[in-house]
Parts: sequence; structure tokens; C-alpha cells
Amino acid sequence: MMHEGAKAVMNPPDAPTKRKSKKLFKKIVRNWQLYIFMAPALLTVIIFNYVPMYGIQIAFKNYVPALGMAASKWVGFDHFTRFFESYYFWDLIWNTLSISLYGLIVGFPLPILLALAFNEIRNGPFKKTVQTVTYAPHFISMVVMAGMIITFLTPSSGMIVNLLELIGITPPSFLTDPRWFKTVYVLSDVWQATGWGTIIYLAALTAVDPGLHEAAILDGASRMQRIRHINFPVIVPTITILLILNMGGLLGVGYEKILLLQNPLNMESSDVIATSVYRTGLLEAQYSYSTAVGLFNSVVNAVLLIVVNQVVRKTSENSLW
Amino acid sequence: MVSSIKETKQDKIFLAFVYLILTVALVIVAYPLIYILSASISNPTLVAAGEMWLLPKDVTFEGYRRVFQDSSIWNGYLNTIIYTVVGTLVNLIVTLPAAYALSRRDFVGRNLFMILFLVTMFFGGGLVPTYLVVRSLGLVDTMWALILPGATSVWNLIVCRTFFQSSIPKELQEAAEIDGCSNFRLYFRIILPLSTALIAVMALFFGVGHWNNYFSAMIYLNHQEKYPLQLVLRQILVLQQMSAESGTIGASMATSLNSKAEVAALVKYAVIIVATLPIIAVYPFLQRYFVQGVMIGSVKG
Repeated sequence: MMHEGAKAVMNPPDAPTKRKSKKLFKKIVRNWQLYIFMAPALLTVIIFNYVPMYGIQIAFKNYVPALGMAASKWVGFDHFTRFFESYYFWDLIWNTLSISLYGLIVGFPLPILLALAFNEIRNGPFKKTVQTVTYAPHFISMVVMAGMIITFLTPSSGMIVNLLELIGITPPSFLTDPRWFKTVYVLSDVWQATGWGTIIYLAALTAVDPGLHEAAILDGASRMQRIRHINFPVIVPTITILLILNMGGLLGVGYEKILLLQNPLNMESSDVIATSVYRTGLLEAQYSYSTAVGLFNSVVNAVLLIVVNQVVRKTSENSLW
Repeated sequence: MVSSIKETKQDKIFLAFVYLILTVALVIVAYPLIYILSASISNPTLVAAGEMWLLPKDVTFEGYRRVFQDSSIWNGYLNTIIYTVVGTLVNLIVTLPAAYALSRRDFVGRNLFMILFLVTMFFGGGLVPTYLVVRSLGLVDTMWALILPGATSVWNLIVCRTFFQSSIPKELQEAAEIDGCSNFRLYFRIILPLSTALIAVMALFFGVGHWNNYFSAMIYLNHQEKYPLQLVLRQILVLQQMSAESGTIGASMATSLNSKAEVAALVKYAVIIVATLPIIAVYPFLQRYFVQGVMIGSVKG
């Protein structure tokens, strides 16, 4: 990607430089319309992504809306220390990390297994049906999903509650017992996302060379062996990349769903950093404090992503950069 | 997959196991969906008692009748349609041309622009600073607060750029340039007509995103009459505020609907179906495109 620029720099600097810059100028003028194509996207990204980054400074200030950002007083790391010393700090960290890790451990391998299974069976109505049905939950909105969870788990009338009673298990109070919150959250995510998650692996699996399978069959390899030694290695790069991205997002759990499932009774295990940012920032209007907490969160995320990527780069050739 | 001439017994058992796994997955995913559909037209007393398991029992359309009588649901529906159509159009108008410009090798500055976009994928201002920007622009409580901040989706921008780079022959552009065709003409007359599949995929991705979005509506909209469907659903399904008092119970239903909670449950099942139906109904026909979209994106990670 950087080659063109690099070449331009490395060219002998005597006569051609002038001609080069003239040529560059000409190129820019000739394609002026392309800059108009860029403008709307660039403008919205600058306004809604970069200007807020400038606004992060309020994490180090005592932001008073009436004074404005510039005139508000600097307080250094006060908001951060207040957050680190708050009694719920470790709860937030633990909840955020444990929900992410729980989801990763349960949810990450399943799409891989399902994709490998899809890949084994012939194209036909059965395969098409299973795919269509398992992809479908991806399109169910967060609100409807939360509604389904609440309805199914409602004591004494919910479908899952009734099902458990039918097989002789006394159902716990899923919605209000803090011990059940994480399981409910993770398993409903698995239900919703596993099918859709197979697509990226199925795309990768189309790269498998059929000749390898033919040769392996002639050598008497079983299906299991062929999956293990032919199909699986093909999707390893995809697995690695997705794993890195997931590790980088460990502190970025899907707060939109948590917010919907949260209630005062399950709070001790359902409150994560992002929901606390929402509550303190937008509901309680503690702008500076909440921005500090959010900044802490995104910095940890960025560091995690870089660290995991470095570790992976050391141990294999697949990494993000 | 490759069909072998002779399947060993071990392979047959293995394949049977694969079918078993897929069948289990099918049942686990399909059952709750069928259950909701059946529950939405069953007698709520039987549903709550756990007597309705698969097929509707004692069929009633009371739930749907109430949903259709509820003006806040209609209003939410209408708002959602407006936000989805306008939002998707804005997304396309902003994202497609930029992606095309970035796909051109002779576009000076493309690397710089690309880096500007990529940074936003990994780092952002966060909730409150973004909210403050939207507020200072006077967008709070308008539909633009739901549309403009996410107008450029960097992920989709990359997908589109990859598509333009890999699926539009470069010779076309060179020929057009020699003929003195401007970039505008090239884009509107040649590039876009060749990219209908991409436009369909993008319109669908963006459209589903707008249809299902609740969070930005929740933080930016203050007035009930501006609420999109998902926020109305949140009140009904999550906050359990049901306007179930709307309308009188039909004479035949009066005896069987004995508690308000059961009516509320019936309405919930019906409202889930009504809200999700537009997407679930078109989805099987468009499935091909959705899958294509993910694949275009995954070609170059």
C-alpha cells in the first residue's frame, strides 16, 4: 500500500523532483471530483469520531457545561483515581472480564464446529434449511431478544421454566438471581450468533483444494482425519484473526443487551464498565467522571489488542499487522 | 464435498453423527421461534400453564387485535420506516462514493484517508464526548442524531472498497479516461450500474442496522411520538409497561382471559412477531446477498 509514496521519496532528488511534484499536482487536479466523493464521509467521521476524541480532555477536567470545555478547570487524574478507589471498581472489572471470557470460551468454538459440520454434508434441502434457520436469529433485534429471554424465563409461565419443570428440575429465578445472569447472557448470545458466525469460516473453507481430499481418500484417510488435516488448517488463519479481534474486545462486551437485561436484583453480576459509563454519564450527567471511565476502558482495549497481536505474531505468521 | 467411492463404516457413523449435530442445532434454533409464533395465537392461559408446546391451542387473534389497535406501536412502526429509509439512503450516499475514491490507485492521499478511517475502528471518543458533540450541534431529539453519527461505517467502507478493487475491471476506467469521461460520469454511468449486488448487500446491512437500533434512539430522543419501534418494544417487552387497557375484551374472550398478566403475555408474543416479521419474511430471499456481503468483506480481512 505504501509503495507508491515510498518510491516517490526514494527517487533521485535532482531534476525529476520538480517534474514529479508538478505531476502530482496535475494528478490531484485531474481527479478533483474524487475529493468531492470523499468529502461527506470524511466530514462525518471528523465531526462524529475525531471531534469527540478532542472532547476526551474533559476526563482530565471538571467539565461544567455552562463554562464550556475550554474554560473548565483541569483536575489531572482525579476522576481516574476516584474510579480506581471506588468500591465497585473490582466488581466492574470482574463482571466485564468474566462475561467476555465466558462468552469467548463457550461461543467461539461453536461456529467453527458448525461450519466444519456444514462442510461435510451435501448441498441440498436439508443443508439449506439448517443454514437458513440458524442464520435467522442474527436479524432479531436486541430488544426483541431481551424480550424473548425475559418472557421465556418468567417464573411459572415462561417456556424454559415450564420445560425444566416438566423434566423435574426446579427452575432457579434466572432473571433476578445474580448467579444466573452471566449464563443467561452468554447462552442467549450463543443461540443468536452461532449460525451467522459460521459464514466467515464457510467462506474460508471454499479455498480447500478438492484434489487434497481425493488424494487423502486414495490413501485411506477417514473423514475425521481429512477434517483434522485438510479442512482445519485452511481456517486456522481466520480463527487466529477472529481470536485476536475478540481478545482486543474483552472489555467491550455488548452493553446494549446487558442494559436491557439489567435489573436492581441482578446488578451485582450484571453491571459492566460500559453500562456504568452510560448510567453515570448520561443518566446522572457526571460527564467528566464517565468520560474518564470510558477512556480507561478504551485504552485497556487498545493495549489488549496490541499485546495479543504481538504474542500471536511471535508464535505464528497470522496476525492483524 | 468430494464424494468418495467407498465409505468405510467408520465414516458412515461419523457422517450420521454430523447429521445428528446439525439436526440438534436446527431444533434448538427453530423451536423458540415456532413457539413464539404459536403462542401469539394461542389461549394465553394454556401457554402460561405450559400446555401449549408446539402447535397453537385454542386459537385466538386477540393479541394481534390489541397490537394493531395500539397507536404507539403504529407510530413507532411509521417512525422506524422513515428512519430506516432515510438512514440507509444517507449511509449509501456517504459510503459508496468514498469507497470508490479510495479504490482508485491514482487517487492522491488515499493512504492518509484510509488511516483516518481505520483509526476510528479501534479508538473513539466514547459515549459522553460523542453525546456532547451531537448535542452541541442541536441534533438531540431529531432523527438526524440517529442517522448522521453512524453515516460512515468504516467496516462497510472497506468491504465496498474491496469490491470496487476486485470486481470492476481497471481497463474500463482507463478507457473512460481516454475518452475524456469525467469521474462523476464514470461513477454514475459505469461503476454504479456494475455494482448492483454490492448496493443491495449494503442497503440490507444498513437497513437491518437502522431497523433494529434502539440505543441511539434511547439516548438522543426525548419525545414519545418520535420513538422508533424498538423503543416502543422496549417499553412493552422489557420495562413491561403494557398499554393493555386499549380496547375492550371481545365477548367470547372475556371468560378465558382471566388475568391482565396473561393478556400482556399474549400481546408480547404478538408484538415480537409483528416487529420481526418484515425482516424474517424477506430474509430467506435475500440470504444469498447477506452471505455474499460477508464473503466480500472476508476476502481481504
